[in-house]
Amino acid sequence: MSGHGNTTLAVKVSPHLREGESVPLIMWTVVIALAPAGLAGVYAFGWRAALVMIECFAFCIVVQVICLKMRGAKGARPDGSAAVTGLLLAFILPPTVRWYVPLVGAVVAIGLAKEAFGGLGANFFNPALVARAFLQFAFPSQLSLPKWPVLKADILGAGRIISDITGPDAVTRATPLAVLQRNAGAGWAAVAPDYAFGAPLVRHLGLVAGALVFIVLLGLAAAGVWLWARRGKRLFGVLTVGAFLLFGLLPTGPVALGSIPGCIGETSAWALLAGGLALVYWRCIRWQLPVAYILTALLFVLILPVRSGGGELVWTASGGGGAVLAHVFGGGLFLGAFFMITDMVTSPLTVKGQIAFGALAGVLVALIRLYAGYPEGVCYSILLANAARPLIDRYIAPRAFGSTGGWRGTKSV
Amino acid sequence: MPRFPGGVHPREIQKARTRSLPIETLPPPERLTVPLVQHIGAPAKPIVKKGDKVARGAPIAEAGGFVSVPVHSPVSGTVAALLQCAHPLGMRADAVEIENDGEDRPAPGLSADEAVEDAAGLSPEEIRSRIQAAGICGMGGAGFPTHVKLSPPPEKPVDTLILNGAECEPALSADHRLMVERADGVARGARLLAAALGDRSGGGGVRVIFAVEENKPDAADALKRAASALDLECEVTALPVRYPQGAERQLIYALTGRKVPPATEKGLPMDVGVVVQNVGTACAVHEAVERGVPLTERILTVAGDAVERPANLMVRIGTPVETVLERAGAAPDAGVLLIGGPMMGLAQYSADVPVIKTTSGVLLSREEPSARFDPCIRCGRCVESCPMTLVPSKISVFAERGLFEDAVRWGALDCVECGCCAFVCPAERPIVHQVKLTKAESARRPA
Repeated sequence: MSGHGNTTLAVKVSPHLREGESVPLIMWTVVIALAPAGLAGVYAFGWRAALVMIECFAFCIVVQVICLKMRGAKGARPDGSAAVTGLLLAFILPPTVRWYVPLVGAVVAIGLAKEAFGGLGANFFNPALVARAFLQFAFPSQLSLPKWPVLKADILGAGRIISDITGPDAVTRATPLAVLQRNAGAGWAAVAPDYAFGAPLVRHLGLVAGALVFIVLLGLAAAGVWLWARRGKRLFGVLTVGAFLLFGLLPTGPVALGSIPGCIGETSAWALLAGGLALVYWRCIRWQLPVAYILTALLFVLILPVRSGGGELVWTASGGGGAVLAHVFGGGLFLGAFFMITDMVTSPLTVKGQIAFGALAGVLVALIRLYAGYPEGVCYSILLANAARPLIDRYIAPRAFGSTGGWRGTKSV
Repeated sequence: MPRFPGGVHPREIQKARTRSLPIETLPPPERLTVPLVQHIGAPAKPIVKKGDKVARGAPIAEAGGFVSVPVHSPVSGTVAALLQCAHPLGMRADAVEIENDGEDRPAPGLSADEAVEDAAGLSPEEIRSRIQAAGICGMGGAGFPTHVKLSPPPEKPVDTLILNGAECEPALSADHRLMVERADGVARGARLLAAALGDRSGGGGVRVIFAVEENKPDAADALKRAASALDLECEVTALPVRYPQGAERQLIYALTGRKVPPATEKGLPMDVGVVVQNVGTACAVHEAVERGVPLTERILTVAGDAVERPANLMVRIGTPVETVLERAGAAPDAGVLLIGGPMMGLAQYSADVPVIKTTSGVLLSREEPSARFDPCIRCGRCVESCPMTLVPSKISVFAERGLFEDAVRWGALDCVECGCCAFVCPAERPIVHQVKLTKAESARRPA
């Protein structure tokens, strides 16, 4: 059997089938999942929000193209990751920022936090959050507003769209979390009247039972979507999501619809949740991570005491459930839980690792919000957890199937 | 039923093309090249020289040790040469080239009649030695000599025999057709294998399980009928369709809940009291022990998008793959030629390689492979899909940078190369290649 024919067979390594996913496909899927929250932002704040999003989006892509050229990255191609970072950056900026804030943010997010570390897949920290942390100190007056613009609307959004949120027509308010911080322990009383946290769930069932029902509904919805995507249990998925929307989310009123003050992307818990559940369904994120993050944050907000203005120790919930709901819905927790902490590159690889990671960030967000001099803790909690991520990956590593040996973190080979 | 971790669902489009095609016999070609290495273990030693006349089924090479099996002539004819040939495992190997005289004259002592000897009186020792003498090794993939698997040491009693008919590779249907058309041979082989383990069961007897994926109900029915006709006490279990359902460790776990320790802990099925044999091997055992016919032919699936007439063929060992493709109306002049299935098959650089005892499929596709891949975005899908619960992403990234010790730390040596990780990888990273590289590197410079 000598003499090879005149053939041009290609030699390659197995497997010879591919599922057909690609990195750009994942990135653009995330962009689609961000759309509802982006639309909610435009609905709430008008054209200014759209402008900030366009600025961030464009600047991030331009910076990425320049950085790839500078690095001479071989084989690198536009992968859509800059689009995701751009949108996320816009989501955590107030709609009132001037044009140079997104520009600086894009340079920090893409140039410093991502490409300087080696580009796609090599960064340790969430690029958008690094930019937010940078801008916080670079432009404090533009990022930490004492009063935030808000859509002048009643619960179902019957109000008018304000054409200029900086003009005399605009309605401004402090964010619920800022109010809470100023009125520690006042809880419901401090927040409820101003922000109409309807929350019949809590009002009717009491705080503990209400919170429990909410937690169970959220967990069921997340698991339902997962089973729907992975095991084809469509009916179960639809029922659990429907139950959560109807009984868990609808009662939260204006927060859910997007008429509370805040950054562009964090105003509507509903829109964020819709996008988040879509990501679970499309297998871009695992449900365990956002659930671990939200539940741990909720748990520690409930059990940690704060010192009130009078000097005595009180619990956030002691004034009523509104304060607790404000912690869950009134800030950036949903945006962080579904779109920031779940960033593939900067979160652990395994489900167990992700649960530990989410819990760590959840504890941190509660500590920062309750005890630090800053009403919102989502950004810093995730950045700190990002720093712990390599350690979590190392110590919460699975053993090989059937192994009777020690855990891989210390396994000597 | 326990569910093994990970796994994937490759598309089954190709399988549908051949699953209902009856086995056809491919006439032996004029020249056959029979490699002396067709199994794991020591190569066989040739006992013929150029010019010798050989009969069909006559030994042409003897076992090179205990972990070795002899090789038999697949046709009658003349030894044309002792040479080196291209081998489907990607190496060059010693081989015997035989010129076929077209007479198919059987070797003396090999009865050509269809009489089936009653093997009930045979001792386990006798069955094992007949199995080795017939040159039988595992026909599912790896090709481990069957008699060795049937000889566990006394301190490791075996209480379960699994007949692996899962055939989880997408595109392949050779085992499926075998179970449908030769269920009797498979069942008889299973009975012999169980009998061969009789003295190794620690006195409790051997539980016999046929494992078939749910998408082959006709095979399961045929096996049930054949087993009850033989009064063979056994179970026929339908397994969920999930790749790699037929991988030894995953199959054992799904059927018995027992976990075989990974490769770095030198775990073998016998450590948990189990022996797994492919259904094709079982049928070969029946032929060898009860009819005296050594292993010189096998069933394979020829398919792929560049194949005009996909088929399940009975092919003599030593037949050039090119001949198999010609029969199927395919010209191996371009594309990707695989020996094995699409998930684990080895791409060939030439169609000059011969069919060997482990060749379960010949696939030719028009695919144009690309060498481009993206950086790991740490999506974790490989971790979710890994049936060995390793961390393929870490192995891949470390191996890419030449940090092989770190790749080993994350489980590279325990990898069974099933390819689930690379199948799901959105960055299209060559993870299996990186694992193979890590294994080769750590064998070259032991830690």
